[in-house]
Amino acid sequence: MAETIDLKLHVWRQDGPKDGGAFQDYSKYATGISTHASFLEFLDVVNERLVLATKEPIAFDHDCREGICGMCGMVVNGQPHGPQRATTTCQLHMRQFKNGEEIWVEPWRASSFPVIKDLVVDRGAFDRIIQAGGFITARAGAAPDANLVPVPKPIAEEAMDAAACIGCGACVAACPNASASLFVGAKLGHLGLLPQGQAERMKRTLSMVAQHEKEGFGGCSNHYECEAACPKSISVAFISRMNRDYVKAALTYSEPQAKTGD
Amino acid sequence: MELRSNAPTGPIEKRWDQHRFDMKLVNPSNKRKFTVIMVGTGLAGAGGASAMADLGYHVKAFCYQDSPRRAHSIAAQGGINAAKNYQGDGDSVYRLFYDTVKGGDFRSRESNVYRLAQVSVNIIDQSVALGVPFAREYGGLLANRSFGGAQVSRTFYARGQTGQQLLLGAYSSLSRTIASGGVTMHNRCEMVDLIVVDGRARGIVTRDLVTGKIESHLADAVVLATGGYGNVFYLSTNAKGCNTSAIWRAHRRGALFANPCFTQIHPTCIPQAGDYQSKLTLMSESLRNDGRVWVPRKKEDCTKDPSSIPEKDRYYYLEEKYPAFGNLVPRDIASRQAKIVCDEGLGVGPEVMDVRRGVYLDFADAIKRDGESVIAEKYGNLFEMYERITGESPYKYPMRIYPATHYTMGGLWVDYNLMSTIDGMFVAGEANFSDHGANRLGASALMQGLADGYFVLPYVVGNYLANVGKSKIDESHAGVKQVVDEVTARYQKLIDIGQKGKETVDSFHKKLGHYIWDFCGMARNAAGLKKALAELPELREQFYKNVKITGSGEGLNQELERAGRVADFLELGELMCRDALERDESAGCHFREEHQQNGECVRDDEHYAHVAAWKWNGKDITSREANHELVKEPLTYEYVKMSQRSYK
Repeated sequence: MAETIDLKLHVWRQDGPKDGGAFQDYSKYATGISTHASFLEFLDVVNERLVLATKEPIAFDHDCREGICGMCGMVVNGQPHGPQRATTTCQLHMRQFKNGEEIWVEPWRASSFPVIKDLVVDRGAFDRIIQAGGFITARAGAAPDANLVPVPKPIAEEAMDAAACIGCGACVAACPNASASLFVGAKLGHLGLLPQGQAERMKRTLSMVAQHEKEGFGGCSNHYECEAACPKSISVAFISRMNRDYVKAALTYSEPQAKTGD
Repeated sequence: MELRSNAPTGPIEKRWDQHRFDMKLVNPSNKRKFTVIMVGTGLAGAGGASAMADLGYHVKAFCYQDSPRRAHSIAAQGGINAAKNYQGDGDSVYRLFYDTVKGGDFRSRESNVYRLAQVSVNIIDQSVALGVPFAREYGGLLANRSFGGAQVSRTFYARGQTGQQLLLGAYSSLSRTIASGGVTMHNRCEMVDLIVVDGRARGIVTRDLVTGKIESHLADAVVLATGGYGNVFYLSTNAKGCNTSAIWRAHRRGALFANPCFTQIHPTCIPQAGDYQSKLTLMSESLRNDGRVWVPRKKEDCTKDPSSIPEKDRYYYLEEKYPAFGNLVPRDIASRQAKIVCDEGLGVGPEVMDVRRGVYLDFADAIKRDGESVIAEKYGNLFEMYERITGESPYKYPMRIYPATHYTMGGLWVDYNLMSTIDGMFVAGEANFSDHGANRLGASALMQGLADGYFVLPYVVGNYLANVGKSKIDESHAGVKQVVDEVTARYQKLIDIGQKGKETVDSFHKKLGHYIWDFCGMARNAAGLKKALAELPELREQFYKNVKITGSGEGLNQELERAGRVADFLELGELMCRDALERDESAGCHFREEHQQNGECVRDDEHYAHVAAWKWNGKDITSREANHELVKEPLTYEYVKMSQRSYK
């Protein structure tokens, strides 16, 4: 087990959404890094050294540091969340890198995710897509008993596979079209598979897909880079599912009307 | 000052129903005239904000993250308790109430706990209606498991991501109400002070984390659902951003802080690997069902390959000391025993600051008994997570675990209506002190967050608004401007010191963490607490002289954010020690070494059957004088008989 390594570190620095950015070389701050440190702890160490040298530390988003909140995310050597599969940046550890290795770090790159500063981007578009319909309308207190409607185990499991999405945005960063189809498909799959989600299923599909387009995300052209980059390994099958529902809804959906007379 | 719980009397099973009937209602057409501020968007915050918006109130919600979906409720793994009795194994509202009061070691309020148990059943209904994909049986009905030593299976779960799924459910409702205009959401916006005008909470001052702008937001009522303060330890299982600033600033404005020393340590976390470590990762407690905990009997074996240590030289200390419960003793006991063996020099794993802090959790016997595939099915994802972090496979080597701070039972004092000692300021979820006493049971945190959010806040806030009515206030009010000015000056002071300072914010935070962990952690004693109390003011003074912060107050400045939070932690840490010293007994997670019998807590019900609520006395924090005054709320137990826990 190598205990410490030195790295050649290049980080994208950018003051704000309207400013130009550039890679800066921080190799001299990236020496003696423990291989047991996580990637974000590595950046913590670099930042601590930058502060002591009265230089501005690198801004990056992070919170839970256990791979579930979805707040962290950066492109490491061209790959969203770095080289390890099914792993968020906070769970990536330095033992994945070799002594002397070159590391390039940059933010998610997509026009729908404007850079706020350095590696921090604005993912508000994801929130707005959920607001457009990524929910089941159920007011607190209105719910029937939880066991009233049985959900077959395989269906519940598949819904859970989709619901595991952490909303980090790696799928968008990985996609050559900067499409958020996997994000939208996962939410539509989660809610559309469950019996509780049926009442709003078609309307939800139309409105979330419309919002996706409005936010400027690209369309899916089946590269499947998203699935490869997804820290929760969400399957592209949910994109197909979304497309099927979308076609059906676009061709047939109209707001349900109460019939009069008979 | 006298603390009134305002808990209803009468038969306990009727109290909440009767109280709901007694509370005043706001006329539906008047609800839209009222604005409620909700700080925090975890289970309590997102649940409460959406439920109140659905009723017709206008809600302004705030979170420091980039999206409300990221609140730390998301990280809870194990599950959520509810007294559904779907398994027909003898569970009931009364049993959940009983277990919670007893588990809290008789330091919580009976009426609150009963209500929690009562509404637990509604939470499951509500969450399923929102599409939370709980685990199911083959027949399609909900599955349950037994959790944290409970004798009934009342825990609902969604793989190891129960908190995530419940939060995403609450977040979906919040999103729906944002879209409908009922909630105005402020992301990346941190509450940095409370505005109190004429004795009533009327708003908050926030700092926009992107622009640095400090501004006021006004309302008819304020709710804090800002979570716990476990990050006072620096290393904890909390998210990095979790902080005490909202509740601490409210405390300084007059809200009493209750039982700050009641903090829970979780026994099965991945040990610290080095001094760069930024957080500790929790591994589900369920691992103790099949893993055996041990350390080498001889110090010289601690650095050896564990497989080379023969059976007779292994010290299965939990099995030896607690033959009846063995590796399944409650969290506090498992944690303390791990600390004891490591302090004796028997710990394993890397040395961090001269001590090896780790014990083995060994699955070799379970794998031999059940086969690798059975164990993989049960714990595969946890083993994978462990390997990702440590680089070691638990199939080949025993896991190494160590306790870490996980949850804080203490928090702002609230009455039965979840209202603090400041009129119109409510506190929900982990941020309040009310339901878990001196120790929280596993799978009860999610329950309390959603109970407060979905099912208590909408009633009690409505009752308050109906009683006080509508009164105008605007930004030009002198009381509002004063708080904004004070906050602006406070941040300016940090920036000014920061330019000349030499020591980083994290360095101070780590030092504070060492004090709290060493002297106010798993085991406490008077001498240690006095030492901490004597030295912590010096650390705080050093902070205000020598902290180094780069950049300015404008724009995104993560160093400045952290500095503001650490400044508040430094004050809170001192109060925790003070509370721990004052509580001269052992109760639940508060283990005073002076009060034990064979390693078990010995309570002193005669003198300490009370909530210790601390009042800020308003003196300048930089003075070395005591800043707090103790107010007690006596606790009485009408239903659950006070008894001593025993797990031998």
